Amino acid sequence: MSITSLLAISLGAILTNNFIFSQFLGVCPFLGVSKKIDTAVGMGGAVTFVMALASAFCFFINKVLVALNLEFMQTVAFILVVASLVQFVEMFLKKAIPTLYTALGVYLPLITTNCAVLGVALLNVQNNYNFIESVVYGITGGLGFLLAIFLFAAVREQTEFSETPKAFEGFPIALITSGLIALAFMGFSGLKVW
Amino acid sequence: MTIALAIAVLGVLAIVFGLILAFAAKIFEVEVDPRLPQIQAALAGANCGGCGYPGCAGCAEAMLAGKAPVTACAPAGAEGAAKIAAILGMEAPTGEKMVAHVMCNGGCNAQKNFEYRGVKDCLAATKVCGGDALACKYGCFGFGSCVAACQFDAIHVVDGVAVVDKEKCTNCGACREACPRKLITEVPYKQKVFVNCSNKDKGPAVAKVCANSCIACGMCERTCKFDAIHVIDNVAVIDYDKCKNCTMCAKACPKNAIEPIPTPEEKEKFKAAQKAAAEKKAAAAKAAAEAAAAEAPKAE
Repeated sequence: MSITSLLAISLGAILTNNFIFSQFLGVCPFLGVSKKIDTAVGMGGAVTFVMALASAFCFFINKVLVALNLEFMQTVAFILVVASLVQFVEMFLKKAIPTLYTALGVYLPLITTNCAVLGVALLNVQNNYNFIESVVYGITGGLGFLLAIFLFAAVREQTEFSETPKAFEGFPIALITSGLIALAFMGFSGLKVW
Repeated sequence: MTIALAIAVLGVLAIVFGLILAFAAKIFEVEVDPRLPQIQAALAGANCGGCGYPGCAGCAEAMLAGKAPVTACAPAGAEGAAKIAAILGMEAPTGEKMVAHVMCNGGCNAQKNFEYRGVKDCLAATKVCGGDALACKYGCFGFGSCVAACQFDAIHVVDGVAVVDKEKCTNCGACREACPRKLITEVPYKQKVFVNCSNKDKGPAVAKVCANSCIACGMCERTCKFDAIHVIDNVAVIDYDKCKNCTMCAKACPKNAIEPIPTPEEKEKFKAAQKAAAEKKAAAAKAAAEAAAAEAPKAE
């Protein structure tokens, strides 16, 4: 493990293999909470936080599962971890940082059902990352999500003002927009850290 | 064997997490005001968002903090408001239902400087040439930003000006927020008479830009028997507490700026009555003067 490999992981997670635009994970909150930039950024921040914690915890849970030859239980175990983690984070924030808790509001419990969080845990295992790599992948994957949802919300705020054909109003135009941004992100493929 | 192991591992994991969460719930317990669930029970519980807070829980918190009035929940009505007021130890609100009202009746009577063909949005229209598309700097564009903001289908653009349907209006305030010219105000549901003009310019300037405008002539002020209408900042304003909805000011208004707009016959009748009253007064004054003049020499 070196700085270069960590940089490569970060670059991959944020740009080339962006969780939303090239792996299509976490699309539900991406579409659901992207009508305003402020809430989109709040959601992105919360997801980054939980993804970092989830990848750290799931690394140890995975070690236990591997030791007991129970790799096939990964998905179920990770869902359990993510769900309890989100609950724990919610309780902790409510007590420790009430301002952040109110700012995140309803988006915090929503993260439980964000498949990007489960995805990062499973991908860590698939890619055989060690602990530090896992955490870095979790944080940067979250940052990639943040970037994606921020860009998308900014575009969507503008499309609200344009005259969309009746059949495309609302979600259809949002889906087309996200498809176009995903195409733009394809331009990053081939980007490498030597 | 593996199955048993899998069940055991997941079971242990679940129990451990459960215990951690249970302890965390105790450790990180935040004391909640006992009145909060009570208030929430008194709300409608529809999570409609009409109050502008995220769901009923958010509204209950705002009420507890004093940020929202106890009447904020329109669906709970006066009954709910009274319950919440009791919980909070406040006096029950007088319970007068309020609705939104658009203070402009310019519409097609208002002069246009040029044809605005940009984005159909009032805020956008105010940005083009300083909002000069409409000659009146205070008037309603009629592009319907308020219509888009209304979740209750209670405001519509009729003949180029927004009009509130007071039966459907819940007084949530969304249209007031949306209007870039701040033309929408809160009025009592019972109120029938309105000065539908907000132009604060001097009479001649106002008359030039709109046929249905308040020119601040003060006829309404002189006509009102209840001291309920006054010209403030070159525009007539009704004091809804004093107004008895007699519509005399509407009949007196030479510019049809006060609604309900009376028919021409009503106007004529009113003018004739006023003229008769003025003549009677003049005659009485004349008689009094003559009597005084007749008495004056006697006293000498």
